[in-house]
Amino acid sequence: MKVNTRFGEFGGSFVPEILYPALEQLEEGFLAAREDAAFQKELDELLHTYAGRPTPLYRCRNLCAETKARIYLKREDLLHGGAHKTNQVLGQGLLTKRLGKKRIIAETGAGQHGVATALAGALFGLETRIYMGERDVERQALNVFRMELMGAEVVPVAHGSRTLKDAVNETLREWTSSYDTTHYMLGSVVGPHPFPLMVREFQRVIGREAKEQILEAEGRLPDAVIACVGGGSNAIGIFSDFVEHEKTALVGVEAAGRGLHTQEHGATIHTGEVGILHGSRSFLLQDADGQIAETHSIAAGLDYPGVGPEHAHLQTTGRATYVGATDTEALAAFQELALKEGIIPALESAHAIAHAIKRAQEATEPEVLVICLSGRGDKDMSEVRRILRGEEEI
Amino acid sequence: MSRYDTMFARLDQERCGAFVPFVTLGDPNLEQSLALLRMLVASGADALEVGIPFSDPVADGPVIQAASQRALAQGVRPKDCWNLLAQIRKENADIPMGLLVYANLVVRDGIDLFYQRAADAGADSVLVADVPSAEAAPFAKSARAHGICPVLIGTPNANKDRLRQIAQLCDGYVYVVTRAGVTGVDQEVHLPPEHLLAVLKEVGAPPAMLGFGISSPKQVRAALKCGAAGAISGSAVVRHIEENLDAPGVMLHEIGDFVRKMKAATSLES
Ligand SMILES: Cc1ncc(COP(=O)(O)O)c(C=O)c1O
Repeated sequence: MKVNTRFGEFGGSFVPEILYPALEQLEEGFLAAREDAAFQKELDELLHTYAGRPTPLYRCRNLCAETKARIYLKREDLLHGGAHKTNQVLGQGLLTKRLGKKRIIAETGAGQHGVATALAGALFGLETRIYMGERDVERQALNVFRMELMGAEVVPVAHGSRTLKDAVNETLREWTSSYDTTHYMLGSVVGPHPFPLMVREFQRVIGREAKEQILEAEGRLPDAVIACVGGGSNAIGIFSDFVEHEKTALVGVEAAGRGLHTQEHGATIHTGEVGILHGSRSFLLQDADGQIAETHSIAAGLDYPGVGPEHAHLQTTGRATYVGATDTEALAAFQELALKEGIIPALESAHAIAHAIKRAQEATEPEVLVICLSGRGDKDMSEVRRILRGEEEI
Repeated sequence: MSRYDTMFARLDQERCGAFVPFVTLGDPNLEQSLALLRMLVASGADALEVGIPFSDPVADGPVIQAASQRALAQGVRPKDCWNLLAQIRKENADIPMGLLVYANLVVRDGIDLFYQRAADAGADSVLVADVPSAEAAPFAKSARAHGICPVLIGTPNANKDRLRQIAQLCDGYVYVVTRAGVTGVDQEVHLPPEHLLAVLKEVGAPPAMLGFGISSPKQVRAALKCGAAGAISGSAVVRHIEENLDAPGVMLHEIGDFVRKMKAATSLES
């Protein structure tokens, strides 16, 4: 590899030998594209005219109005596709063309990244296949339909826990035979190098804009930047341009599911231990033998036993802190934002809102909080309705 | 001299290639797994290649994935696997035994402890399926410190520098895959690109054994004819387990037959 594959002791490229050259090719292509003004220009243009960037930074009028905090939402929910995922699939889509590949494959859990990949496939004229756990295919039928409308083929994965981690396994397996013609459009800052680096660079536009916008609105940097963490792409995207400003706290909110004291959560940094999965060394939810654990969250996008290696590093160095929000807290925040601001967040993003509300209520001095509202809640309508009607337990 | 060196020297004398079957330890359960391992040895396997069941085997196709799942569903743990291996070693002083595992199992309690356990159980080699040569140095170092041969995969898409790196990190034998993709049962005969075995030899790699997709005597003969020192067959063996879960006797019998047929194809005389 041409650049460091590690974030401190985390990261690396732990893949079968046969895939290593494909990762080298991808790294080389990405590094060259990054230096290429024409590539950047085309990407910026698409982000602007197709996806709707820059997204607004909105100061909440009502949420926590009684507290000392001023809460700003970085509105990735207004991005085309409904979540921050669109930022990086446009980058990877252009890169796929540049590498001369004709086909993309991707994993998806709830279907958000699958939908993003499908739109990139349609936009760039790439044959698209999405691997999705069989259980998720059933739970997220509407997203499957969305992907298919945009021309993607959705392949249910029937092995293992039949959810996101198995979809990643299956996509990796396919890629070991199709890498010549096919790009793996990975959905977060996880996986082997160069994915965590590349996806971060395509997502850092979130923080770059947010920093400018908050400086304009407040004339100063925020006290804290808060984002939910599944694999960690929206969080790393909004954190990156603030990392150098030590006075701004960076807070990642993991899925505490049914509680951190249970086995049913997705709080990888909180309760995981170091291991190797899906290409990189990072924290993992695993048992004493090293078998990967099954996870739970009300938010499918946070329901993953791993986490991006850069987050493991930010945690270890103390630059960022990671907290949990339970299913119940996230659902309450989801409702609160809808009632107070007329904004329905994705259940993933509601975890960040939940923590912000808690923090605002505890604030004894005025403070400025920037929250990454990573996506909108349309995809969660039927699940939340079932829960609120008491048809489904959380 | 490792047991692999001794095996290759013997096979040279016999004008034979090696046949190496693979099974997942603890599949379909611990008791039957022990019987299967004994059957493999008794039917003429020159060496054994075994896996420790893992929850997320990304380098494996459906047949070996299912083997891992069956073993895990039985509650098979790595320590059970070490016990199985130690038992086979006790019964067979000379047969080379290689492990094919995933990285998270190796690093879980620390790399050194893993290789110590492998050595204690009487294993000869360890191949970590999701550790490429670029990441393999610390694994190879610990393996060698514990008298275990680190085995790497030689791939058709590796350039000469990469193959040199593989050769340097690899002892015992080099596992050559002849095609892209994961483990499975192939109908066709895949041969490595002509240069691959020659370059591996030139850069000082240990003898090459071919694997991935090998399921018929014809493929074994083809592998040896193109210069490989042996052939490894995984999914085709495990398939007999999968197909006979209700009939352990038939399972053993079929696997014995299969190994004898494959071994019979390793003669270089014909
Ligand atoms: C709206 C939204 N936010 C967050 C996530 C979690 O991913 P990440 O942590 O990579 O941002 C997802 C994943 O599906 C999502 O859809």
